[in-house]
Amino acid sequence: MSTAPATPVAAKPSSVEVIKEASMIKQKDMIAGNYERLANARSLGLKVASTFVPGNLNELLMCFDLVNNLPEINAIQNGMRKKSGQLIVEAEKHGHSEDVCTYVKADLGMAMKGNIGPDGRPVPDPDILLLSYTGCFTFMKWFELLRERYKCETVMLHVPYEGEGRATANMRDYIVSQLKNEVIPALERVSGVKFDIDRLRQYLKESAKAEEDLVWVLESAKNRPSPIDAYFGGVYYIGPIFTAFRGTPEATEYYRLLRGEIVERIALRQGPTTPEGDMKSERYRLVVEGPPNWTSFRDFWKMFYDEGAVVVSSTYTKVGGVYDLGFRHDPDHPLESLADYCLGCYTNRNLPGRIDMIEKYINDYQADGLLINSIKSCNSFSAGQLLVLREVERRTGKPAAFIESDLVDPRYFSAANIKNRLESYFQMIEQKRGGRSAAAH
Amino acid sequence: MRTFIGIDLGSTTTKAVMMDENMNVIGRGITNSRSNYTIASRVAKNEAMVNARFAMFRDSLGKLAGIAGILESFMADLEREFRLGNFLENLAELERLCIENIAGSRAAGRDSAMREAVESVFDRLRGEAPSLFAPGAKRKSDFFRDIAGSRFMAVAEEIGKSSGLGYDSLLGLYDKSIIEVEGRPPSEDIGGGFRQALDRVLAGNAALNLPAADVARAVRDAMDVPLEETYLVGTGYGRVTLPFSKEHIRSEILCHGLGAHIMYPGTRTVLDIGGQDTKAIQVDDRGIVESFQMNDRCAAGCGRYLGYIADEMNIGLHELGPMAMQATRTVRINSTCTVFAGAELRDRLALGEKREDIMAGLHRAIILRAMSILSRSGGVRDQFTFTGGVAKNEAAVRELRKLVQENYGDMAININPESIYTGALGAAAFSRRSVEH
Repeated sequence: MSTAPATPVAAKPSSVEVIKEASMIKQKDMIAGNYERLANARSLGLKVASTFVPGNLNELLMCFDLVNNLPEINAIQNGMRKKSGQLIVEAEKHGHSEDVCTYVKADLGMAMKGNIGPDGRPVPDPDILLLSYTGCFTFMKWFELLRERYKCETVMLHVPYEGEGRATANMRDYIVSQLKNEVIPALERVSGVKFDIDRLRQYLKESAKAEEDLVWVLESAKNRPSPIDAYFGGVYYIGPIFTAFRGTPEATEYYRLLRGEIVERIALRQGPTTPEGDMKSERYRLVVEGPPNWTSFRDFWKMFYDEGAVVVSSTYTKVGGVYDLGFRHDPDHPLESLADYCLGCYTNRNLPGRIDMIEKYINDYQADGLLINSIKSCNSFSAGQLLVLREVERRTGKPAAFIESDLVDPRYFSAANIKNRLESYFQMIEQKRGGRSAAAH
Repeated sequence: MRTFIGIDLGSTTTKAVMMDENMNVIGRGITNSRSNYTIASRVAKNEAMVNARFAMFRDSLGKLAGIAGILESFMADLEREFRLGNFLENLAELERLCIENIAGSRAAGRDSAMREAVESVFDRLRGEAPSLFAPGAKRKSDFFRDIAGSRFMAVAEEIGKSSGLGYDSLLGLYDKSIIEVEGRPPSEDIGGGFRQALDRVLAGNAALNLPAADVARAVRDAMDVPLEETYLVGTGYGRVTLPFSKEHIRSEILCHGLGAHIMYPGTRTVLDIGGQDTKAIQVDDRGIVESFQMNDRCAAGCGRYLGYIADEMNIGLHELGPMAMQATRTVRINSTCTVFAGAELRDRLALGEKREDIMAGLHRAIILRAMSILSRSGGVRDQFTFTGGVAKNEAAVRELRKLVQENYGDMAININPESIYTGALGAAAFSRRSVEH
């Protein structure tokens, strides 16, 4: 379960909006730049690391001049560009079953079809696989398959699960020791670059700046109307920080621009940007758990903004790092702070922790309720979601609803069914608001 | 009179409920959903209107002294005559279209022979029509398409063979024409047909000796009161394409929840098994939905599952339940997938299992699937109201009672004979409220 699409939403064009959405253009350029670097890595003499979004050690990879390739992001990009279906079919042809995580199959299918990236250019084979294990067991199996395919060096950072709901000093020490004794030596070996902790400190300093602005942007949804959609818009906002840009000045600049745009939206009391322009009236404020469906992303989003539903907070925008609860990368404690980052990713939090977080979001953002989009092929995170739903309902007294779709398998998005449930849910919220006066006689 | 309409457009049938200002149900109507949702809604609404007029006539007539003993049979005769009149009218239209469609059909070139064959078929259908509506006659369905279709096929097979024109060419004409008949908007002139039916009943029952002036007054009471459609709310499976504007649409979940609450105010959990979906809904003491779950993507375990099994077994849908009730044991059916269950059914038959026992297993399978959806919605709470077409199936109800008892203990299980109208009832209540608020 992970995140961050590349191409920012092209809002309905008007000269004014193009200026307003400078951050979108910036992000689009950044992502295109990274694919460019990937495509030219061999000719530029650059080495490539593949890694995951949760527990993404981008600053560390940059210390070794490694280009960061994120298979999940490739899967998402292919999903949004309607290419994932055929890649999944390719993987299934080679024996991967229907129930396997569709990120995995989209990635394997892409490799089987010659590793042509979402932008149509080749993605080079990785020189190293860096697996930060943060709560998703499938990730481990996925990289096992990739190791088999690419026969390259593979290093695993084992991040202990926060089963007790908190990180301990032991856990942190364990991760730091792995970084020192396993991860850094492997990265040095593959890249031929000597580790320089001051370089890491510099990157982490940039990260913290960007994180500060990201949190400000996410928390802007506490306004009424919310100037952002923290789910459909949110997946764009987390793009740079969750992927190959955390720690870069470009990311810092992106979040500075974005924050400026949101400041303006708040001043003008504007709702969130949607693919069809600004959302006009805010009727429902929701907290969402679970990733969006990527293959029908626009259709899915439309079902919300057409009804005046805005997502004010989402857990999915925390899978690549939870910053709004206070964590920042700390240049004074570089390796320890990378350890804390990995431990705190949403994917590494236990069920009670997730429930507490959602409850807090519902209260802090004055939401009308919780919506769970449960992912058919994601066994790790779908398990327990109904329990989360019931408990959040009980604690907040707010209605919750449950829909099901998939990440990047277009076969598992049933538009009519989802629309039916969403509209029922919105009407349910309305009905609850009406309370006893609207009740049957 | 101001009326408030609720329409539930289901995958199989479309239902309408008409309410007065005090939220009393004054009429109910049902029709097959056909390919044209707009027409289906209008037909169902029209049926509800007919039902309301009949009820008004009955109320008025019931005030006559000395009629109490014969009122029920008189009304039953009147309704049968009215239905027969409608049937014959539709049949004439079907015949006209069949003849019109000969040109351009596979039978083109043999027009006069085809015309003769079609006329023979319809002569037979007209001739036997009164027996279909005779007192005590059992019809598998009340929908024109079903009644006319099954008889057309039987007669056309015979005539197609004897005329040498073949069954297929006649069937082709029927298939094309029935769609056109069903696509016609219903006649809103209820009065004409009603009066004719009344004349026939009175003529055939001279012994009734009802004072003409009183009957005429009752007719006026029933027909001359304008039933003004104040507001209409639609709901149903095809909600995306419902022929109503957005502000007239309510979620079927909310409508079923509210409808069940109106029928049984103690309801806390509702299970609705319809043709293509199964819904489990939790409501509060005001009928407000607290949570819900539905089948996802796949219609396994819904009403269509039973329809498919009936087709596999070559029996009528309504025969499944009674057959399952004869079981002496329950064969375990592993699959709730409709297609797989069909294969399992054939396997079991081949192994020599009794049809009744297999049927019991299939009914259990459908209810097991519903139990899973129920538990995901928050379980079964007292009182539990079961609605939808499958609630009419006694074997499904038996399995449900058993599984609810096993999993949740004793509780009141409500099944209303009019449960098929639950969604439309809720929609009508929303319709009433829309004006109120």
